[in-house]
Amino acid sequence: MLAAAVGLGMTWLTISRGVAFGSMTVGAWTARPKTGSVDIDPYARASIARTGELPLGTGDGVAFYARTDDAGYVLDGRCTFAISGTTPTARYWTLTLYDRNGRLVANTLDRHGFTSTEIVRDAEGRFTISVAPRARPGNWLPTGGIERYVLVWRLYDTPVGVASRTSKQDPMPAVTRKACS
Amino acid sequence: MIRALLWILGAVVLGGIVHLATVLAMPRAANQDAYSRLEPVTPANSVVPLTPPTAEASVMPFMDPAFAAAVCRYDLANGIVKLNAPLSQAYTSVTFYTRNSVAYYAIDDRAAGRRAIELDLMTPEQHSQVPEGEDVTAADRLIIESPTRTGLIVLRALAPEPGLMPMARRALANAQCRLGPVQ
Repeated sequence: MLAAAVGLGMTWLTISRGVAFGSMTVGAWTARPKTGSVDIDPYARASIARTGELPLGTGDGVAFYARTDDAGYVLDGRCTFAISGTTPTARYWTLTLYDRNGRLVANTLDRHGFTSTEIVRDAEGRFTISVAPRARPGNWLPTGGIERYVLVWRLYDTPVGVASRTSKQDPMPAVTRKACS
Repeated sequence: MIRALLWILGAVVLGGIVHLATVLAMPRAANQDAYSRLEPVTPANSVVPLTPPTAEASVMPFMDPAFAAAVCRYDLANGIVKLNAPLSQAYTSVTFYTRNSVAYYAIDDRAAGRRAIELDLMTPEQHSQVPEGEDVTAADRLIIESPTRTGLIVLRALAPEPGLMPMARRALANAQCRLGPVQ
């Protein structure tokens, strides 16, 4: 009985929370490039089978997930978070905000993310995205005021995760908490 | 005392076995994986556009809303699958998944190099029946081996701005996926 409980409990925990096998963490962002190939680990396989997700294939792109900011604060839709800096080399990238189950979040603008083409940059090519419940000037990504959300940064046609394993060469944008209402 | 410790140790070891067994069995037991979700809404061996994700509904979780997507659910029981995906103006990619959602091959527009991504998909057995030299002479025939008989081909076209979504959808609407003879 105890054995069954321990075993099933561990399975449930690892699959719903995810384990960091072969993962690549840069600041708040974590990617598991192997998930998009035949080298996918059994935990990730079990996890995608359960959620019904189709992972981004290696050769297509790499997806980075963030659930907290750089300081470890959980991404809360009632607070304002700023995302700024530079991105690793990629032909295109997209940033999308999901709830914890991978669904888009309803908002008045019907905006769920940005692409690298849409973003407004300053003279030096840097950008800042405000992830906030209420409208902001510039690049505003609405949270819909939900309690917890997940940000997914997808890099398309990129050498990240394929060529380099050193995270130092791949700077990811910083995520910082600004204010909570 | 020792007896109790042994019991606990035994339970933990057995728990570990149960844990590993359930993790490994999960992909086979899952009835909500991507293939199972798409099976009722897609006929086999044809390209079907996927409904774009909204806050209310999404065919699969974590779909990228900046992309138009289409799927070809394939079954290689009666032949090979010939895929032809014209490229959109922005970024186009084709990813192959096994029955259990493992991405075994992905190619993008730049790697394809031409105006369309053209591929022949077959099982390793069917590949061995292809006459010797055939795949060398026809240089434009890229052959992909599917590890499973059934699976999914997902075509994605990026709309760099929301206004370009119709363009991305049109490009995918011209994609073809059809059954062909093994030869």
